[in-house]
Amino acid sequence: MEELDGEPTVTLIPGVNSQKKQMCFDWGPGEMLVCETSFNKKEKSDMMPGCPFIHIIRKNEDVYSQILRKLFNESHGIFVGLQRIEEELTGKSRKTQLVRVSKNYRSVIRACLEEMHQLAIAGKDPASDRQFSIQVSSLSAMELIWNLCEILFIEVAPAGPLLLHLLDWVQLHVCEVDSLSADVLGSENPSKHERFWNLPGNTQTLTELELKWQHWHEGCERHLQDGTFASSPHLESLCKIMLGDEAALLEQKELLSNWYHFLVTRLLYSHPTVKPMDLHFYAQSSLDLFLGGESSPEPLDNILMAAFEFDIHQVIKECSIALSNWWFVAHLTDLLDHCKLLQSHNLYFGSNMREFLLLEYASGLFAHHSLWQLGVDYFDYCPELGRVSLELHIERIPLSTEQKALKVLRVCEQRQMTEQVRSICKILAMKAVRNNRLGSALSWSIRAKDAAFATLVSDRFLRDYCERGCFSDLDLIDNLGPAMMLSDRLTFLGKYREFHRLYGEKRFVDAASLLLSLMTSQIAPRTFWMTLLTDALPLLEQKQVIFSAEQTYELMRCLEDLTSGRPVRGEPDAQQLQDDDVETTKVEMLRLALARNLARSIIKEGSLEGS
Amino acid sequence: MEEIYAKFVSQKISKTRWRPVPPGSLQTVETFATGSWDNEENYVSLWSIGDFGNLDSDGGFEGDHQLLCDIRHHGDVMDLQFFDQERIVAASSTGCVTVFLHHPNNQTLSVSQQWTTAHYHTGPGSPSCSSAPCTGVVCSNPEIVTVGEDGRINLFRADHKEAIRTIVWEVHFHPSNPDHLFTCSEDGSLWHWDASTDVPEKSSLFHQGGRNSTFLSHSISNQANVHQSLISSWLITDPAKDRIEITSLLPNRTLSVNSLDVLGPCLVCGTDAEAIYVTRQLFS
Repeated sequence: MEELDGEPTVTLIPGVNSQKKQMCFDWGPGEMLVCETSFNKKEKSDMMPGCPFIHIIRKNEDVYSQILRKLFNESHGIFVGLQRIEEELTGKSRKTQLVRVSKNYRSVIRACLEEMHQLAIAGKDPASDRQFSIQVSSLSAMELIWNLCEILFIEVAPAGPLLLHLLDWVQLHVCEVDSLSADVLGSENPSKHERFWNLPGNTQTLTELELKWQHWHEGCERHLQDGTFASSPHLESLCKIMLGDEAALLEQKELLSNWYHFLVTRLLYSHPTVKPMDLHFYAQSSLDLFLGGESSPEPLDNILMAAFEFDIHQVIKECSIALSNWWFVAHLTDLLDHCKLLQSHNLYFGSNMREFLLLEYASGLFAHHSLWQLGVDYFDYCPELGRVSLELHIERIPLSTEQKALKVLRVCEQRQMTEQVRSICKILAMKAVRNNRLGSALSWSIRAKDAAFATLVSDRFLRDYCERGCFSDLDLIDNLGPAMMLSDRLTFLGKYREFHRLYGEKRFVDAASLLLSLMTSQIAPRTFWMTLLTDALPLLEQKQVIFSAEQTYELMRCLEDLTSGRPVRGEPDAQQLQDDDVETTKVEMLRLALARNLARSIIKEGSLEGS
Repeated sequence: MEEIYAKFVSQKISKTRWRPVPPGSLQTVETFATGSWDNEENYVSLWSIGDFGNLDSDGGFEGDHQLLCDIRHHGDVMDLQFFDQERIVAASSTGCVTVFLHHPNNQTLSVSQQWTTAHYHTGPGSPSCSSAPCTGVVCSNPEIVTVGEDGRINLFRADHKEAIRTIVWEVHFHPSNPDHLFTCSEDGSLWHWDASTDVPEKSSLFHQGGRNSTFLSHSISNQANVHQSLISSWLITDPAKDRIEITSLLPNRTLSVNSLDVLGPCLVCGTDAEAIYVTRQLFS
């Protein structure tokens, strides 16, 4: 078990008196439920009224920020694009492509930064202004760190161009604010330096560059020692600065807003051809000199230092602790992983660091009522635990409308998550049944391939028919097609409806054989047989003979089956007797009709045609 | 197809609709409305692509779309239609149908009329009136027709308090169309199907994933030929004669494109990645 890096923060739950009452809690997918319990160690019965509420504690507030949402959405597009082009990234263009992706991420951060900055200075109210200012500095720090990581790890700038990139980096983040420093430090130098750094198509080797610089440097030193600038202390200190004299530089401390500004300036004047591997020496000494023992390094300083030391894991670890959400570390780690920079050492949970961070980030998205759609794609690109995580999360999305349900279902169907499809369709079918939307319920159960539920809904249909004498949702039942085979009861429903259609079209002979087959094939539930036999009555009473003798014998057999199978009741009460009376009358009528039909059919079949 | 402008708006867009341009007027297409969904607070918003004082070298308008005004909407916006120049009808997942009125002088939206129980479930299991989402709305001044998950079709008149007629049914609507077809679908693609007669090479690629919203193009210039091409372009199945050019309109695909609207040369669409895309030069 890893040791804690710091003390966990204490959050007070409003209304709960943790001194007097015990609290209990339970974890959810992205939240925690907390409430008071009556369990109390001190006193047996405590009659003091407690807090009646159950509290939901969410850890990720940023997900609810309007502006950060733009960051999440736009970066999602970049992330998915990166995963998709992974196979195409080969050879030389790979690095350029990856740098471009990195710059894309950074431009999204900058856009959010701008927008939030506008809001912070808009001056609506002090509390939200402060909140926005905090966010602004957080985003600003993120961009600073990402930019440095891009230079060191992705661009992998060699000695020479390295310093130029670092110069840009510092200028972008520091000198915007402090234009004065740019004037003093940049005035005479750019023109001199341009001669050394003729960049596009730079044919000079590093050694040539070093020699030239050395030459110039020595020239400067000579000037200083000869006292060329003795008359003007300002020019003299300027010369010292250009020689990289640390003391002279530190005298201008107010103009150097921070230690990394100091570092880059130092390097510019004393070691312009610094190698990446040597950076951390200068970084450490710059930090120490700049702070001068007065203050201790802040988290941002530690992160940058870790970057200069090329300790990627340390960078990520410190960022995870310092930042309030997983967005930054998840996306940066993923990009660095594509640069093949992370060794895959397994964490305690069997997945590597990239996957762990992506899973955390995506889980946070699922805790949001709307951003879950983004989370899906992140889980897709976690090869080990992505799928199971998605399966667990996707079932728990609240489905308020059919439109949302269809979107969720599509996600599941695309990934062959049949269990989840079934489960979601069942929920929707149940809702539909409760709202008396039987047709809708039936469609959902068919989509879920849920035979049991289809049987339940079909029973409801049949019950409705018995009560009302007509079917609802005819267009659905008439067009079931092969879906009819899902359950026996459903097949019966479809076929029974077909019987009614045939009868309506006056195709009596077909209707009759269908009716009989429904009973003989045992598809019809026993409870429905009486209804079916009653349906046969009008066919038996027709002028023409419809049921053949054979069929009539079958019908009689069914009737006898039904009547003989009646359970013997104990003490019959009045209602039962009445019901029994009705039943008996029906049976009598049927027996009569069947007998008459039998007679007529025997005669008809026994006669010669035309006679 | 020239440039398309994207803007991330922190809400998933369920519907986008252009404000209709009065016939015979010289006004250009300028304003569109959007509705959001899946948020704790949803909004109906009005956006403008109009003149901000910057014209580029061709005299066209520069810059992306700007928010004019918005108003809170209870529940997801399931469908949105312009009733007339100033009024917008919105169908909600709470079963409510609202008419919003736009006040151009101070750029605000207000609720002009509302039918809160247009759609509801009744049944043994549901409490006396549990709401059902209203899934679609169409208007033809002065009537509004709405349809919902409860299987009702309602006919409202803009000035009446109650529904004029209610029919219980199960129906799905699909608009039909002349020779330009625009489709946006669940897989994040936005296609332009051009079956106008002088275009080469039919593509047999019927690339649609998931549910589509097909849409009718209001190509102003083709008003006279609408009925003719309705018969000729889409119903012929002879591959030798048929030519449909299919172009993808979005640069890269992410989440579902939920809605699109076309008016004249302008197209607007909204996605589940919380972005709105606008182009003003469809047929160039």
